[in-house]
Amino acid sequence: MFYREAGDFKTSYEQDNQTFPIKFDRYRYYVVLAIAFLVVPFVINDYWANAILLPFLIYAIASIGLNILVGYAGQVSLGTGGFMAVGAYACYKLMTAMPEVSMFIHVLIAGGITAGVCVIFGLPSLRIKGFYLAVATLAAQFFLVWLFNRVPWFYNYSASGQISAPERDVFGILITGPNAPAWATYMFSLIFLTFCALVARNLTRGTIGRSWMAIRDMDIAAEIIGVNPLKAKLTAFAVSGFFIGISGALFFSVYLGAVEVGEAFGISKSFLVLFMVIIGGLGSIFGSFAGAAFLVLLPVVLKVVGVDVLGWPTDIVAHFQLVIVGALIIVFLIMEPHGLAQLWRVAKEKLRLWPFPH
Amino acid sequence: MQDGYTTADGRKIGGVVMEMKNITLRFGGVVAIENISFDIREGEIRAIIGPNGAGKSSMLNVISGFYIPSEGEVWYRGEKRPQMRPYKVAQQGIARTFQNIALFEGMSVLDNVMTGRLGHMKSGLFAQALWKGKAEAEEVVNREVAEKVIDFLEIQHIRKTPVGRLPYGLKKRVELARALAAEPKLLLLDEPMAGMNVEEKEDMSRFILDVNDEFGTTITLIEHDMGVVMDLSDRVVVMDYGKKIGDGTPDEVRNNQQVIDAYLGVSND
Repeated sequence: MFYREAGDFKTSYEQDNQTFPIKFDRYRYYVVLAIAFLVVPFVINDYWANAILLPFLIYAIASIGLNILVGYAGQVSLGTGGFMAVGAYACYKLMTAMPEVSMFIHVLIAGGITAGVCVIFGLPSLRIKGFYLAVATLAAQFFLVWLFNRVPWFYNYSASGQISAPERDVFGILITGPNAPAWATYMFSLIFLTFCALVARNLTRGTIGRSWMAIRDMDIAAEIIGVNPLKAKLTAFAVSGFFIGISGALFFSVYLGAVEVGEAFGISKSFLVLFMVIIGGLGSIFGSFAGAAFLVLLPVVLKVVGVDVLGWPTDIVAHFQLVIVGALIIVFLIMEPHGLAQLWRVAKEKLRLWPFPH
Repeated sequence: MQDGYTTADGRKIGGVVMEMKNITLRFGGVVAIENISFDIREGEIRAIIGPNGAGKSSMLNVISGFYIPSEGEVWYRGEKRPQMRPYKVAQQGIARTFQNIALFEGMSVLDNVMTGRLGHMKSGLFAQALWKGKAEAEEVVNREVAEKVIDFLEIQHIRKTPVGRLPYGLKKRVELARALAAEPKLLLLDEPMAGMNVEEKEDMSRFILDVNDEFGTTITLIEHDMGVVMDLSDRVVVMDYGKKIGDGTPDEVRNNQQVIDAYLGVSND
């Protein structure tokens, strides 16, 4: 009813290649951007930032990264936690070694370093795929966490073995450390998320995205058609690692502030991001947002409903959350392997004609 | 014959594009192809026929670089082709379709056809991440070529449909479109008409002839439907049990005693 594409004609291929080819979608996208940039920073408080918005923004970056690898290029990875740790530690080392350089640059370089590490651990993908590759990336996960625990150079020989973010500012506004205002940390993360989402969209709609998807759908045919499998797979690992590294750097510096590597970037983190990608929708940028929002909001909603409304004990609610997430994963894998993004797509297709289906 | 020949319907056939010299292909103890030589000339439609298991698809796989021959040489455009990965072969202007459709099911028809243009798109990672400018311009230029092919094969109405939803006959056509989008010098078709009904076969035959006629593409095809093969092709290679048993125009092949024996069987007395 409110969703119409009739009369929305394209007269050039540029127009047809837009991110949001339908006018309605495009305006909604501008509205969402405007709210995110112009309204939210003024109404945000510490609770909203720390419980919902920051984790959402940062996990959304991570799941875009993982979605490129798993959803677009079809290379399964269970090393996300380890790669986020690389981003975090790279960012930490850069922040402490070069305090005068802008945080924007630190985070970007941390992403670049993670991309390099990711490519190295992606090399086995040239020989193995599927479950075997998953196991190989699992090795990356455990190795990286072990490395950051064992080599004191990475945590600057601090007694606790933790890393904690020193106070850094951007244009005179604190964005790390306990005194950083909520809106500043939010804006900082939002800028990176917007940047990552745009880059991811641009890459996936063009040649590189098509060669990734060709490798995913049928690697032999892709090679015979002229896709260089080595290049396609390794760029997927690199781009994915870049985003995951950025999210790891933000997760540590802006969100947590202090990190113990096994706790913050353990195997459960890898699975959490993978669940976001699966529930949100493999091979969809929007799905990465949806999955991240879903898994960030779920515990909050459950807590509000269970503890505050129903008055259940906290630990029971926490256990319920595990049960529900587990059940949802199974339901999604069976009923809708393309996740929330596919549900959204189906809803849109239905709404095109509603309420006059003929 | 070095300068080519003129076909019965008056088309000029040029020099040798691809020459297979004494190709032998073994898988362990199994000899799939045994000492076969033949050439493919510019602008012709060359058919490879033979009973099941004769080694026809293996031969196509050798041409497209997917199999590396155990012995023998592949000469392409006057040069001996070194061992190379299939994607390099594709970049040299050889495109192919597959016996069992090998489309990218998760992508739309348009995206599938655009993958055929990969070899022509050169913009790097950073240009594409920016999109505006070089990457977009390149996308548009190549989209125009892809659209021409889509027009040519009459699949405009399904361009945005995911390939997984299409019926078999259309998938075959999309696969041909993907191969054509690469603007190949040499097009390899592995059973383009397998599993089609008569009308679909007629459509496909028309497309093959049109491709050859309009773009001057050299075509090598494998097909089981003898009527189609005899009508379409200029010259035919006949294989049986990995050996070449006949080579020549359809008429010559049809009257070749060895070929008749292979297809109809020989009585033992």
